[in-house]
Amino acid sequence: MSAGVVGRRTLSMLGRRLVALVPLLGIVTLATFSLIFLIPGDPAHRIAGEGATAEQVAAVRSDLGLDQPLHQQFLTFLGNLLQGDLGTSYTFRTPVWDMISARMPITISLTVVAMVFALLIGIPAGVLAARRAGKWQDRVVTVGSTLGLATPNFVLGLLLTLVIGIKFQWLPATGYVEMAEGFWPWLSHLLLPGFALGVIAAAEIARQLRASLADVLRQDYVRTAVAKGMLPGTVVWKHGLKNALMPVITVVGIQTGYLLGGTAVVETIFGIQGLGDFAVRAVLAGDLPAIQGMVVFAVIITVTASLVVDLTYGYLNPRGESQ
Amino acid sequence: MSVLPTTRTVVESPRRRFVRRFTGPWANRFALLVLLVWLVAAVAAPWLAPYDPLVQDIDARRLAPLSDGHLLGTDALGRDTLSRLLYGARVAGLAAITSVGVGLLGGLVPALLAGLLRGWWDAVFSRIADALLSFPPLLLALAIVGVMGPNLTNAMLAIGVVFVPRFYRVVRAATLAVREETFIEASRSIGTPTAWILRRHVLPNVLSPLAVQISLAFGFAILAESSLSFLGLGVQPPDPSWGSMLSEGRAAWFYTPWPVIVPTVTVVLTVLACNVVGDGLSDSVGREKGRA
Repeated sequence: MSAGVVGRRTLSMLGRRLVALVPLLGIVTLATFSLIFLIPGDPAHRIAGEGATAEQVAAVRSDLGLDQPLHQQFLTFLGNLLQGDLGTSYTFRTPVWDMISARMPITISLTVVAMVFALLIGIPAGVLAARRAGKWQDRVVTVGSTLGLATPNFVLGLLLTLVIGIKFQWLPATGYVEMAEGFWPWLSHLLLPGFALGVIAAAEIARQLRASLADVLRQDYVRTAVAKGMLPGTVVWKHGLKNALMPVITVVGIQTGYLLGGTAVVETIFGIQGLGDFAVRAVLAGDLPAIQGMVVFAVIITVTASLVVDLTYGYLNPRGESQ
Repeated sequence: MSVLPTTRTVVESPRRRFVRRFTGPWANRFALLVLLVWLVAAVAAPWLAPYDPLVQDIDARRLAPLSDGHLLGTDALGRDTLSRLLYGARVAGLAAITSVGVGLLGGLVPALLAGLLRGWWDAVFSRIADALLSFPPLLLALAIVGVMGPNLTNAMLAIGVVFVPRFYRVVRAATLAVREETFIEASRSIGTPTAWILRRHVLPNVLSPLAVQISLAFGFAILAESSLSFLGLGVQPPDPSWGSMLSEGRAAWFYTPWPVIVPTVTVVLTVLACNVVGDGLSDSVGREKGRA
């Protein structure tokens, strides 16, 4: 198969996916806009806060356009959104987008470290379990991943910061240092929170890879490869893993969204002022524009991740139609 | 494989086969036991708890487990850890049942309609489900709690909304599969009303994949409720929840680690049990292996 065919197919698939995104993003925007109706009582009153004067409430009402008809409100919301205007946070008194873009590098660093942990633990564990299916190594991985899936990241994070960060002081317990101040200071601050965040993804990857790789290793062509004298390790890496990786990629895509949600808890525990911390503060304050901005931003990231997953599918498996 | 069926395959009913397969592995039996303990604790907390979970005893602060009438010790304020744990079990149970109920309420009927009637029902509901699925689950719950105000009821509702598209997808897929069966076609051809087909034929066949999802959802509900309560967005202090116990216990960690260790073990064990039961169910109902 020529590269051109693959390229064209991938492109047409990308096109179809992008078209399908339009209604999806429309519904997401409508849902995000509708969050305002969940506010009990008068939204303007609630957003202005306890003890706000009548003028302040009125200011919030006209500021949010709450005095306009509903469809007008939605169109304004949509229009602003399309221009990248997510509104102004009531607690931080700053444009939401500025807050998000300032904190984004922190959360991206954390998420990347978490994902690296997840892959570094999950893939070898999954391969080991599949190659030793039914043996004790398999059982250890199964028990480990079951345990990993059941441990909420705030529980793990709490234990890590209390024991490794504060008691033994092997790694910083809280805070974040920018990479500009050195690679190790940056990384050392992210190791504990990254691990706490990544364990669930690691467990999910290990499980998925074990199942799909064990299936692949039972196939005839794998037996043929072994029979013609290929080293078992080469068989696994060359024939097995390439075919078994697809479900893993799906998991990685799905887990990106979970990681983003998990940062809310992990950043709170480790005192990292990223997007998760921003989300929690916004929620505690009932800061509607900030909450809406975070939600829209998170959906864009998740949707992009699943798009990348689909493209990778098309690349790895050019004959298959993506569902 | 022998040509003649063995006696067992002839005699064994599907239900008995399911029970035999499900209760075979020790992990499943252990998980059921954990869930049973959780259920008893949740239902009988007021009678089982040796102390009032809110009462502070200045003379009995930071006691280690097994000391002086406090089986699991006390926290920094002198509150009995066992009593708080039992009431926390009640909160976790309530959160799990309510959120799964909300998820079923919102997901089940649209899914049955979409799967059975196809057409624009399916198109509309499936687009909405796709959109809901593109929200990161915990963040969606956070957002809903954020606008509705932080308390347990809102937290449970928010977690329930997270389940709606997930239940929808599973039930819709199962309904689509059942729909193609000959007996449904036969039933339709003799003019059986749709509602009756749904209740009599489709629902029972959808139950097994749904049961798997429900037990996994229970695990996620506990996880989410304790996370939200940990952040101060669910159960409000001084009311006990496993999550709020952890966040309160961390401050006194160096004087006594037990108020942190006890709820940690409990949360992990209970979520673990829900997941193990979910996996066990999916292995036992005779469907293909794998998780949705």
